[in-house]
Amino acid sequence: MANILVIAEMAPDGKVRKSTHSAITFARNAGGTFSILVLGQGAKAAAAEITGYGAQKVLVCDDAYLANPIVERFAPTVAAVAKNGFDVIAVTASSFGKDLAPRVAAKLGAGYAPDISGVKDEGGKLVYRRPVFAGNAYGNCTLNTAVQVVSARQSEFSAAEPSGGSSPIEDVALAAKDAAAERVEFVGLDAAKSERPDLGEARVIVSGGRALKEKFAEVLDPLANMLGAAVGASRAACDAGYAPAELQVGQTGRVVAPRLYFAIGISGAIQHLAGMKGSKTIVAINKDPDAPIFQVADYGLVADLFNAVPELVTELKKATA
Amino acid sequence: MKILVPLKRVADPDNANKVKVNAGKIETTGLEWKPNPFDEYAVETALRLTENGANPKARLGEVVVVTFGPKETESTLRQALATGADKAIRIDATDDQLDGDVVARALKALVEKEKPDVVLAGKQAVDGDSNQVGQLLAEYLGWPQATFAGSIKSEDDKSLLVGREVDGGTINVRVGLPAVVSVDLRIVAPTSVSSKHSPAHKYPEGVRFAALMAIMAAKKKPLTEMKLADLVSDAALKITYTGFELPPARKAGIKVASVPELVEKLKSEAKVL
Repeated sequence: MANILVIAEMAPDGKVRKSTHSAITFARNAGGTFSILVLGQGAKAAAAEITGYGAQKVLVCDDAYLANPIVERFAPTVAAVAKNGFDVIAVTASSFGKDLAPRVAAKLGAGYAPDISGVKDEGGKLVYRRPVFAGNAYGNCTLNTAVQVVSARQSEFSAAEPSGGSSPIEDVALAAKDAAAERVEFVGLDAAKSERPDLGEARVIVSGGRALKEKFAEVLDPLANMLGAAVGASRAACDAGYAPAELQVGQTGRVVAPRLYFAIGISGAIQHLAGMKGSKTIVAINKDPDAPIFQVADYGLVADLFNAVPELVTELKKATA
Repeated sequence: MKILVPLKRVADPDNANKVKVNAGKIETTGLEWKPNPFDEYAVETALRLTENGANPKARLGEVVVVTFGPKETESTLRQALATGADKAIRIDATDDQLDGDVVARALKALVEKEKPDVVLAGKQAVDGDSNQVGQLLAEYLGWPQATFAGSIKSEDDKSLLVGREVDGGTINVRVGLPAVVSVDLRIVAPTSVSSKHSPAHKYPEGVRFAALMAIMAAKKKPLTEMKLADLVSDAALKITYTGFELPPARKAGIKVASVPELVEKLKSEAKVL
């Protein structure tokens, strides 16, 4: 049975990111025992949020050195803690997790299974399932090292719910600093400011393509507001400047799997499908009846989106009144 | 500035929905090979950093491209040479000898021989989608890393100001050289890359194509071969794939005729409203 170390990710507001709950679900699914390591400035306060998830311990490294997400600063401490008897080091495959995990694996001489979508214990050996070829195939893999590192895809491991109990909190020391970290200076974060839910956590996503042109927000915002949805975008819409880059869903951008996904004016390039094919219900609205998006849509509507979306808002109001 | 760019050939990503699985293995016969798109972006970025965009024929730095594979992968290298790279290295290996970790360890040994200022890599190959070699290499070298770069400004070739595209925004970091940078797709937007040679050049969107003359000339550029064993003494792989399968097919969808019908289906059939 594996002893798993889950790496929590902190948000700039000093809380543990919700995405961390997917790595906790991975740990539960893998079986065995797990502890959670929270690193960052203010980690001690944040740790209190996650003592009710069944971890043996919540380990805390609270240090101003870890104020910003510079992985060269995080990796030495993660690796040092990992050496205290952990078999698997798990992080959610957010941009932070994907940045950090290989660096930790290299430090530990561990094998790394990136962006996994499932885990199974087969006769004491963990078998990881992961999407390849933009989600057009799945590979089952095992790691040939005693210590293993994984990143878990947020859209495939649902957020863990509290399980009760209260894990003891224990401080861990900051490990010796890496020389490489001295050559990285954090200049700043240009954060997208939005009142909407995060794409990775939203139950409903309304995504738009290039066909929306300059009316991207004008057309989609009322629908998103109505549904309490996050707004996403295709690569083409981002490249053309109709939507900001951080809204992009796809191989570049975010991988999402909401309960309900609207693809509006999106043709359905492989690049985009890779990011949303796991959604439970997919609705496509496009005026081209041959658009590839209709091949993955549960409900397709061939229509001019500039008429159909406002009508949809009106009909939804009626239906949910 | 000297830049090393690792390249991988992948099955044509535009045909990725035609991926076939045969007896638990990915069927590669009949697939057309193309350079990994993110690696092509890395080559373009490297060229932009080592030229004046207004006069790209005059090379103001050196770009070395490297790939791992059998003899036929030299065509991937020749393509990069034709677009402007200066020198190429093929590390002879077969796919079953390679995983991301072996590649990173071999690149470490190669970096120690070639001594580039920057390793510029694609953020991931679109076949394995692993997103790991740049980070592994950086750690093995003890270098800083800047992953998912959407913009790079070279500051007098001593440091790079990198805009990293992360969940929810952009993180700007300054990395002192030498460093490993992995690029995302917006790095090939017209003004994403700048340097002292070319502070404000506006490039066409995307990667450059090779002119016929350049394709001919590329045949004379240096391309050397090395053995994997020359670079790594421990050839053990860290990951083993036991099988591949296609994703479960989605239930065939339906077309609805009107918006009211769509809303009705979402409410009473899919029950998502």
